[in-house]
This record gives sequence, C-alpha cells and structure tokens, in this order.
Amino acid sequence: MEAGPARELKITPIRNGTVIDHIPDGLALEVLRIVGGSRLGRDSTVSIALHVRSAKQGWKDILKVENVEISDRAANAIALLAPTSTISIIRDFAVREKHPVALPDRIDGLLRCPNLECITNQAEPIESSFEVIHRRPIRLRCRYCDEPVTDFLPQLP
Amino acid sequence: MRLAGRDLVAIEDLDRPAIEEILEAARALVPAAEGGSVRHTLEGRLVAMAFFEPSTRTRLSFEAAVQRLGGRCLTIADPAATSLRKGETLSDTLRMISSYSDALILRHPNSGAARLAADLSDRPVINAGDGSHQHPTQTLTDLATIQEACGSLVGRRIVILGDLKYGRAVHSLIWALALFGNEMVLVSPPSLRLPESVRQRVRHLAGRIREEDDLATALADADILYVTRIQRERFPDETEYRRVAGSYRIDRATLEGARPELRVLHPLPRLGEIAPEVDPTPHALYFRQAFLGVPVRMALMQSILGGGA
Repeated sequence: MEAGPARELKITPIRNGTVIDHIPDGLALEVLRIVGGSRLGRDSTVSIALHVRSAKQGWKDILKVENVEISDRAANAIALLAPTSTISIIRDFAVREKHPVALPDRIDGLLRCPNLECITNQAEPIESSFEVIHRRPIRLRCRYCDEPVTDFLPQLP
Repeated sequence: MRLAGRDLVAIEDLDRPAIEEILEAARALVPAAEGGSVRHTLEGRLVAMAFFEPSTRTRLSFEAAVQRLGGRCLTIADPAATSLRKGETLSDTLRMISSYSDALILRHPNSGAARLAADLSDRPVINAGDGSHQHPTQTLTDLATIQEACGSLVGRRIVILGDLKYGRAVHSLIWALALFGNEMVLVSPPSLRLPESVRQRVRHLAGRIREEDDLATALADADILYVTRIQRERFPDETEYRRVAGSYRIDRATLEGARPELRVLHPLPRLGEIAPEVDPTPHALYFRQAFLGVPVRMALMQSILGGGA
C-alpha cells in the first residue's frame, strides 16, 4: 500500500496477511474471488478499498486479507486479470516481501479452454495448460488445441 | 532435425529440412508402396492404430505403410468395441495401448487429444487427425502430391476452397505452405472462413494469404486447387450445416477458365464438392494424392521408428 499520513488511511493495518495494491480500478472483487473469497477462514478480516486515488494509475483498488498468504496459483491468476497489482506479505505489521505480480511462461490448471471441443473440456483427468505467447497485451494459447485466449475472466472456473 | 523417437502432434513439429527429407524418402519408396519391392525397416515393430473416429484412407494407408515395411499393426477401428464404452477415460486407454506397442497413431474427435497422448506416452505419438485442430500426415501427403505435380513446393499459387474453419487438414496445410513461401488464396462461405488464430500462427512465415470471394477469379492463374469437404460432424448444430452444405461444386465448367496445368487436390472423402466428371480430366489428382499417403507414411514411420529416413 502507498505510504501516507495515518489520517489518510481508509483501511486499518493488518498484523499478518497479504496486501494487494494497485489493482486496476473495479477489479478488487474479482481479485478477492481469486484469493479465496467466501472460502477464507473465520479469522480472516478482509478489507477492500474501491476507487482509491493513485498517483500512478489515477484510480485503483486495494485488497487486504488477514492471515492469508496467497498461493502461486492465485498470484498467477492476479497477474492475468490485474497485471498492475503488487503483492505485499505482511508479518507482524511489517512488509516482509513486496513485488509486482509476475506472469509465468505457462499457466496450468487455472482457466478453462474456450474451445468446448478441446480435450481439456472432456471428462479426462488433466488440467488445462496455456502458454503465454504475448505479454502486452497478454495473449495465451492452449497447449492442447492451440485456441487463443485474450479474455480471461469468463474462463475462470 | 532427427525424427527418431519423436512425436508428430502438429505440423509445426517438423522444420523445413525434416519435411524435405520425408518427401525425398517418400519418392524413393513409391515402388515399395506399389508392392514392387520388399522392405524390412520395421521388422519386429508393432504400431498401434487407435482410431476413435471413422477413417478409411488415413488408417488403411498407415496400416499399408507399416506392413509394407515389415512391421505389424494393433488396430482399434471401432471405439464402441473398447472399454471407453464402459466409461474408461481416454487417458487410461492411451496409456495402456502405448504400453503394448512401439508407436501410437491416434485419431480422435477432440482437439488436443494427440497432445494428451504425447504427454502420456513414452513411445512416439503420431497425430492422425484431432478434432478440428491438425492433421499433419495429411499435409505431408498433400505436399508430396504438389511437389510431384509442380516439381517444386516453393512460390506456388494455391487456391484453398471449402471449410477453412473446422478443416484440420487445412489448418496444418496452411502452415506448411506458408513455410515454403507459397501464395494462398482462400475461398469459403463467410461462416467457414479461416480462424484468425491460424492466420496469426503463420504471420512470421514467408507465405502470403489472401481471401477471394469469386472462385473463377481465384482460379485464373492458380497452380493448385485444394478442395475440402464441409464436415457435418464438426458443426455444433444441423441448421448451421444445412446453411452451407452444397454451397460449392467443382465441375468441368468451373475448370474451363483455369490453366491446363491446374491440378485439383482433395483430402477425401468427397460429397458433392467435385463432380465425378472431373475424375478423368488431367486436372484430377485426388486419387494419386490418396495413394501417395502410403509412401509418405512409410517415410515418416521409417524416420521415427526405423532409425533414419
């Protein structure tokens, strides 16, 4: 989260957990769904700030999830849907790690292939698998049937 | 590129020298494919033919190819007779077939099935057509036919007519023709145009692609007319199929304005796309093309299993 005087903080600090900052304006609820949404444990406080002023982006969203460190799979999904996001791991009120989300070369098991005839959409015990063939803008290609994917949200299960 | 032990899932798995090597070997194997000489390159090898979709030419030409080289085949020609019918997954079936044989040749109605097989099998997997995705050995056959007819695979003008959306043979062929720097003129009903993704994949290659609405204009100075069938089995609904079925037909009148050297190819089976009256003309090359599937598949099997083309 961007530093600033305490009186400007719109959501309170967390002791342990994850802060996802610089989320493109309007996508925080999607990011929350990726991080776990309603499946988060009972001891997790989730704070969402929508439409926050940002020097870099104009407007952004922020998401704080207490007591959760997000999985690689979730980080990959955030890199696809909200590529400007940064992820900070908080331990004992201090930022232990902070990094922009990074898109791997291959994305397995995250999206459904949009080609309904693809073998990954049949009753086979396999995960979907996409290669990243272009990064700006992000374009993926199914490793099985070569179907291109540029719109990721509809392909999340 | 050494092909021994490798998979052929998509035509992109072969580079230009590898394709040229297979075609050269295929030319030398024509007498053996005709039964004139006996080869023993695949002696003692067992090749599984797993055909989960109807096929005449591809399966029989693969079986002929393996047996002309002294190998033997294990064939599934009717999926209803396998445990898939009992609900076994394709993955389990493929693992099992692969463990019984030295190579697996797969045809399947779903795109990407060949990649799945290649991931699961430690034996070479050859894609004999997966859904509307690819059909690389048809492409090798098509190239051998064009080369035999035109003398060269480079800088030809090739009209591709028909179902360019679902046609797996076309998706593989366009890549190979682009690799060799040919000009492709695409003619199809509007709803069956080439998917943008196929066009994107060949953008960096030397070939050029353009679309043409009028077949006569497209044919005027073409070397090859490649006709495809509109495949009922790929259409999500019957209404869409009926709308385009029978929307083109090649007959003697169609070919009147074409160059005498124009040759007509078709991966077959044909429905009404080419009138039987074209068969006796010098234009018709589709039966020769079907035969060339044998020496081409012999050359391929020999490169993959026999240790050298």
